[in-house]
Amino acid sequence: MVETATEIAVSCAGVTKAYGSGQARVTALRGIDLEVRQGELLMLVGPSGCGKTTLISVIAGILDHDDGECRVFGEDLKAMSGSRRTRFRGDNIGFVFQQFNLIPTLTIAENVAVPLLIAGVSRREAVGRGRDLLNRVAIGDRWTALPSKLSGGQQQRVAIARALVHNPRLIVCDEPTSSLDHETGHKVMELMREVAAGDGRSLVVVTHDSRIFEFADRIARMDDGRIVSVTEKA
Amino acid sequence: MNFVAIKMLVGDRARYLGILMGLTFASLLITQQASIFEGLMARTYGFITDTGLPDIWVMDKKVLMIEDIKPLQDTMLYRVRGVEGVDWAMPLYKGLLKARLDNGSFQTCHVIGLDDATLVGGPGTMVEGRLEDLRRADSVIVDIVGAEGKLARPAEKAGGDKIPIKVGDTLELNDHRAIVVGICRTTRTFQSQPVIYTTYSRATLFAPQERKLLSFVLVKAKAGENQAEVCRRIEAATGLAAYTQQGFKDLTYDYFMKYTGIPINFGIAVLLGFIVGTAIAGQTFFNFTVDNIKYFAALKAMGARDSQLLGMILLQAMIVGAIGWGIGVGAASLFGFLLRDTELSFLLTWKLLVISGCAIMVICTLSALLSIRTVMRAEPAIVFKG
Repeated sequence: MVETATEIAVSCAGVTKAYGSGQARVTALRGIDLEVRQGELLMLVGPSGCGKTTLISVIAGILDHDDGECRVFGEDLKAMSGSRRTRFRGDNIGFVFQQFNLIPTLTIAENVAVPLLIAGVSRREAVGRGRDLLNRVAIGDRWTALPSKLSGGQQQRVAIARALVHNPRLIVCDEPTSSLDHETGHKVMELMREVAAGDGRSLVVVTHDSRIFEFADRIARMDDGRIVSVTEKA
Repeated sequence: MNFVAIKMLVGDRARYLGILMGLTFASLLITQQASIFEGLMARTYGFITDTGLPDIWVMDKKVLMIEDIKPLQDTMLYRVRGVEGVDWAMPLYKGLLKARLDNGSFQTCHVIGLDDATLVGGPGTMVEGRLEDLRRADSVIVDIVGAEGKLARPAEKAGGDKIPIKVGDTLELNDHRAIVVGICRTTRTFQSQPVIYTTYSRATLFAPQERKLLSFVLVKAKAGENQAEVCRRIEAATGLAAYTQQGFKDLTYDYFMKYTGIPINFGIAVLLGFIVGTAIAGQTFFNFTVDNIKYFAALKAMGARDSQLLGMILLQAMIVGAIGWGIGVGAASLFGFLLRDTELSFLLTWKLLVISGCAIMVICTLSALLSIRTVMRAEPAIVFKG
């Protein structure tokens, strides 16, 4: 892994992305220039269809952009082979999804352990570390429960624990509070700030939930595939 | 990741049971139908199996199977006895004769004539009486299925049970009196006629007079002699055909395979089991994968390599395959066991277990290939689609 001299976790310059071809071609990103600093919580906000999800997919290395350059911790993900990029994601990036994507037949401790299992850690150790993370997100007493037995807020805590368990340097979150009520969403964001955004870890949070903007260090506003403004926290 | 794969599979009870049901059904149908086929085919050479003592069967060169009798001259027996490597050679008569029943009707029976002195080729199991009783005048031994079935006497009153013939009863074989001195048990043969054992000389007396009446010469090779080599010598010396016991079984088996519709009829049933199993299990397994595609995509996003996902799917397929095959084979075995005393022909051999196992493995592999293709093509980016 190449460390950059700067404190930039992610840098995008002139990133474009289009879907389809011919008359059905839709341009999702129209030359994105964006930097995510190490240790900051950046929110990507904007109306539906403005390209937020496409942008974090590119940043997370699960979608190839067409033009421009996107570097994550100094690495050009597009230039990597598929297997190397997969390994890079497994080592460096954590995910929090809108729909949680917890495997319903695994206990929550096992769900949290999944990134470690992917990395080849033994089941016993992985689940043990999963339980530790569940304690940190204040749900350790329910480690044997199945996801279906938990509320939406609790499931999102589990998802946060899963995103953290392998100690990634970047976490991408897609609408982490959209499935939650205001109070629960607030608590989840507090948790993200306390637990996730530490140790120089960067968070990129896609949201259109203005009630959680207060948790951002910076807010990048998107519209029609472009970053229209980036504002620092007051 | 193995335990994740297993818990994903068994945790989804409905789909898991659906896949298992499809594979169990396929395994059951394939194993059961193939076992009935094998049982039926084993009946074609049931008489050879029962006549266990000789090593070699000698017959006319044109004989195609055990029921295809082409009589030899009695002198052939002495020519065979003179061949090097032959320990002993005995005559055997085998023919279809009509028995007249008490109600006036006739029943065609298999009459087996054994060497008068040694009674070589007699039934393996005597239910009543002794084989040596055949040395008594006009004596015959009747197989129990025939005695209780087609040769049984009419019921004393209308609607009553037929009365099995028993030791001491008489039969009329081709206008000759025959006294039942024993009841035996024989391996079921492909034909359903009763089997009647008697001596060779008496059998030729019962049979219509013909110039040639010797059906087979039963040969025991000398200890240490190569049976195939003795067969070759007999053929060279007599111009007859000589087969080892297994060789004669194979000849009969091959005849029925080639000239009857049995293989294709059972083959269709087995193929149907395979197709239905593939359809049910394949479809359910594929649906299971499609339903879990967002979790597989999430695993991809989180860094799972294609090889790991491939391993997970193959493991899932192999687990349901092994369990489904086991249950299906178990059910087929139970079916055969429960119906062991009936007319059902059922022979489950280790080869059939291997064949049904391979068939289930093919079904699982096909199912897994469909699923693997879906998972491999899944874009991890779909995890961000709410």
